[in-house]
This record gives sequence, structure tokens and C-alpha cells, in this order.
Amino acid sequence: MSSTTNSPTHHTSTIGSIGTPSRRNTELALLVFAVLITVFAYANVGLAINEEVPSGLLSYGLGLGLLAGAAHLVVRKFAPYADPLLLPLATLLNGLGLVAIWRLDQSKLLQSIQQAGNAAPRQLMYTAMGIAFFVVVLIFLKDHRVLQRYTYISMVGALVLLLLPLVPGLGRNIYGAKIWIQVGSFSIQPGEFAKIALAVFFAGYLMVKRDALALASRRFIGLYLPRGRDLGPILVVWFISILILVFETDLGTSLLFFGMFVIMLYVATERTSWIVFGMLMSAVGAVGVASFEPHVQQRVQAWLDPMKEYTLSRQGQAGHSEQAMQALWAFGSGGTLGTGWGQGHSELIRFAANSDFILATFGEEIGLAGLMALLLLYGLIVERGVRTALAARDPFGKLLAIGLSGAFALQVFVVAGGVMGLIPLTGMTMPFLAYGGSSVIANWALIGILIRISDTARRPAPAPASNPDAEMTQVVRPS
Amino acid sequence: MSELTLTVMRLGFLAVLWLFVIVAVQVIRSDLFGTRVTQRGARREAARPQQAQRQAPPQQRQQPATGGGRRGRNAPTKLVVSEGTLTGTTVALQGQTISLGRAHDSTIVLDDDYASSRHARIYPDRDGQWIVEDLGSTNGTYLDRTRLTTPTPIPLGAPIRIGKTVIELRK
Repeated sequence: MSSTTNSPTHHTSTIGSIGTPSRRNTELALLVFAVLITVFAYANVGLAINEEVPSGLLSYGLGLGLLAGAAHLVVRKFAPYADPLLLPLATLLNGLGLVAIWRLDQSKLLQSIQQAGNAAPRQLMYTAMGIAFFVVVLIFLKDHRVLQRYTYISMVGALVLLLLPLVPGLGRNIYGAKIWIQVGSFSIQPGEFAKIALAVFFAGYLMVKRDALALASRRFIGLYLPRGRDLGPILVVWFISILILVFETDLGTSLLFFGMFVIMLYVATERTSWIVFGMLMSAVGAVGVASFEPHVQQRVQAWLDPMKEYTLSRQGQAGHSEQAMQALWAFGSGGTLGTGWGQGHSELIRFAANSDFILATFGEEIGLAGLMALLLLYGLIVERGVRTALAARDPFGKLLAIGLSGAFALQVFVVAGGVMGLIPLTGMTMPFLAYGGSSVIANWALIGILIRISDTARRPAPAPASNPDAEMTQVVRPS
Repeated sequence: MSELTLTVMRLGFLAVLWLFVIVAVQVIRSDLFGTRVTQRGARREAARPQQAQRQAPPQQRQQPATGGGRRGRNAPTKLVVSEGTLTGTTVALQGQTISLGRAHDSTIVLDDDYASSRHARIYPDRDGQWIVEDLGSTNGTYLDRTRLTTPTPIPLGAPIRIGKTVIELRK
């Protein structure tokens, strides 16, 4: 408040409290804007590659528009006070992802090696399934506190989901990382769903235990040191995340899992020492595992010297990949303003160009300026999640919202950092942008839960009933 | 497709993408919770009825509405901060209690090292006379030069001093 009234000029201003409006029309306007941007990008790709407005423009635009419209109507009906930004932001990211996947579908090179061709229609189908999931969450989850009852069931569920890829015959090892399972003709990434179940478990668990974790501590050089026995839970979670790293050889899932716990622990206890402990433990764990696990070692080598990795791969040595270097070249070739939709050559990344490396396509075709905007869109989703946590009135909702948005932020960091060469590459995918059913469905469910919490948090409290007897009772008072 | 069209589309796409981000941030800006500060300059007259409407429902009515009707012609209608970091802030007086202090739920949140979290309150008595009461603050509340010890009626235009902040009632 003071910032707006600090100026020396003697203007006048008035202070009054405000009720929160529902903001549904703002959401609708932003949704229309998001769909229009997507349609514009789609037309741009068609014009650049085939020199004509793509024939599917109407069906894609209408498809995305109808899905977004349906989601909006459900929010209007079942969560009228929800945050107005979450749905449009997710829709825009999902729409841009569809455009990039369709653009890679057009590449003759990728078609010739069976890496693309009909990915975009399937992604549109996954989007429909994701939005259906979102709708189901909003309709059936009337109150997020119901999830609190399933604290320990979600723990078991999350552990099962995390361990599924290790089951022989079910799990699939795709290029080193064992984070997939094969059911029929579908391959599913159970870690994406485990993320939500884990947030529910951590929120329920920390809500009960946070006082013990926060208060029983000694002070030592400015840090609160927790008692030895209170270190139990963090040690267990750390150990499980190390197991994931060793057996599934996926740094991303492990980091996401442990990082989410540390974030929620910090929020629940307000003790900085947990962050220090968490960072130390993850550093020790990662270095320890990297010293004996060859797949992790190789990822680290590829990160430290991508050019050497590229050369080795070109020489035909098995187990090496040229993608990390190619992704960096793609970013470089895009420059500040990018080459324009459909005019880059990110299809040269070949395998996983439309899933793990989709960010390289964006980096090349919309450049640094576009990529910054994309990252800001992710940042805004996370910000709205944290804002929801701040506004939530119940501790479980607060922790759940923080956990979900923290997991989302970590995933974006791990994937974007991996593709850009900031941290070693992992097998996770960019939420909403990348091709893949599990990711799209799980993230729409995540947005659904956040919208549910924000609806509860922003719903105006019912006005206290005016008591007609108040004046009477005030008059009759003992003297 | 000509080079020019594609360049225009490329830059146009970046522009609309950033426009979306900016619009989203504007939505967040207008979405902040808590107290609303309305700037009033030239629009002073136009803004007054709206402000009265807006302020009426959410405020807790701690006093029965009798105060409003019996006020004389010299009754103050607003409280104005005349010195301190909040200079220029006004609060319309509508029979509600106004709390002052550093606590976030105060009507006027004082950003002042010398203020206590619940420093003082200003309320109308049964006759509509506005009273200032010190709530046991550390550094005291001053009406003109005298430190308050009991709830005291506020003359129109008399400065109430809390730390570096000076408040007065005006018509």
C-alpha cells in the first residue's frame, strides 16, 4: 500500500476493502486470446512450409476452442471463484505444443524415419482426454480436503506407480531411462501421475507432523538443527529417491520427488535448515550414485562435454547421443528472434524431437524472445499456484497447492535446464508442450486440483448474519 | 510465400505472445487481494458515490447505524493522513471503527517504526462524535501536543500524531 502513496506529490487516495469478484469473463477473454494465438501460429507454420493455409486449420482451431470452451463452462459451473489465469495459460501452452508437434509432423525427414507423421492428431486426442480428466476432477472433487483422507493410500499409490517401471515384463527401458510401462499398445509414464499422489501424501503427512518438525530443534550457528529422530522422514524420502536414481537411472524423477518434499517441508516448518539439509543430501546422493552407475555417468559426461559426446556418436559408438549438442545448435541458430515458425531445422534432432527436445524446436523457431515468453507462461502458472497456496485458508490446501506448483516448477526447470545444457539431461518431458499422453493428462489433472483449491480459497466468506438482538443485548449489560 | 510476409508473421507472433504475457500480468495486477487504494484527483466528485457504495458492505459495523443520522453540520466526513509515508490517504467516515497500527488487518496499516501493531482506534460514540482511543501503544498517541490517556473526542482539524504519521478529521 505504501508504495502507491509514497510519492511526495499530495494526491489523495481512498482505502476500502474489496470483495473478490469471480473473474470468469476475464478467463473467457484470455481463453479466446490463447486459442487465437494458437491458430495464428498454426497458419504461420502452414504458410511457411506448404505455402498455403493448412487445411486442418478450422478443425484444429475449433477442436482446441471447443475443448477450452468446455473446460471454461465447467469451471464457470463448478468452480466459479477459481483463479482466472490457470486455464488460459495451460490452454495456450498446450495449443503451442500442438502446433510444434504438427510442424514436426510435416518434416519429410522425420516421416522417413517413422518418428513423426501423425503425432499431432494423437496429441489432440490426448488433450481431449486431459481436459476430460480436468472436468472429472472439478465435478467429482467438490472439496480438496477430501483428499486428506487418502493420505496414506496416496503414499502407497505413489510408491507403486514409481516402482511399476521396474516390474519385469511391464517396464520398458527407453534409451537408458526405465520410467515407462507398456500396457497393450500404450506406453505410460507413471511418474507423471505419482507426482500428484505424492503431493497429496506429503501435504497430509506434513500437516500433521509439522509442529514436531518445526519446534523441536536446537539453534546452531544461525540454523535450527532438527533432532536426530525428526530426520527420519527426510532420510526415508531421500533413500527412496536414491533408489529411483539407481534402478530407474532417471535423475529427473529422483530430483522432482526429493525436491518436492524439501519444498513442502520448508513451507510447512518455515525452517531454512531443511533446505540446507536437502541440498546437501541431494548433492551427496547424486555424486554418490554418479560414481558407480554407468548410465548416470554417461549423462554427466554428455553434459560436461556435449561436443565430445557428439563426435563419439558420429563415429558410431553405441550408447552415445548427438542430441544434446544438436539442441544447443538449434538454440544458437534461432538467435534472438528465431527463424520463424516452420523455417528452422530442428527435425535434425530426429528421435524425441517432439517430446524431450521440443523446447529446442521452440528455441530455434521463435528464438530467445519467444522462449522467454514461454518460460514466463510457466512462471505465471507457478505464481498462480503459490498465490493460491497463500490465499488458501486450510493448511492442507496450502501445502497441496505449494507441492503441486513446486513439482510443476521443478519439472520445467529439470527439462528446460537439461535441454539447454544447464544440468544433465533427464528423461522427463516439458509439461503441456511435449508429445505424450501421460504428461498431458496428469498435468491437466494437476491444473484441475489447483483450480479447485483456488476456488475454495477465493470464495468470499459468507457474511455474518446480522443479529437483530445485538443492540438489545448491548443495552442490558451488568453495570 | 514471400520473405516479407513470413518476417512480418514471425515478428507478429512474438508480439502477440508477449501481449498475452502482459495481459496476464495485468490481470494479476487487478487481482490483488486486500485493500484497494483508489487514486482520486480530478475525478474526485465522480468517484465519491462509488466509493461510498464499495465501502459500505464489507466493513464491519461495530457501531449501530445511529451515528450517521444524528450528525450535525460540522460532523467530519473523512479522515486524512497529512504527514508520514501515507500522506494523502483518506478514509471515508461512515460510522465504522477505524483501527490504526502496523497489524495487517488494520484499516490504516502504518508503516512506521514508532507505531505499535494495534496502536489506536477512532470510532463514533452514540451522538456521532468521533473519539480517538490509544490502545496501550508503546510510544503513545498525541492529540495536538497532549498524550492521550483516555478516549478523547476529536475536534475538527486537530492533528492526531502517531510516530511520524499525522492524521486529522476533515469535513
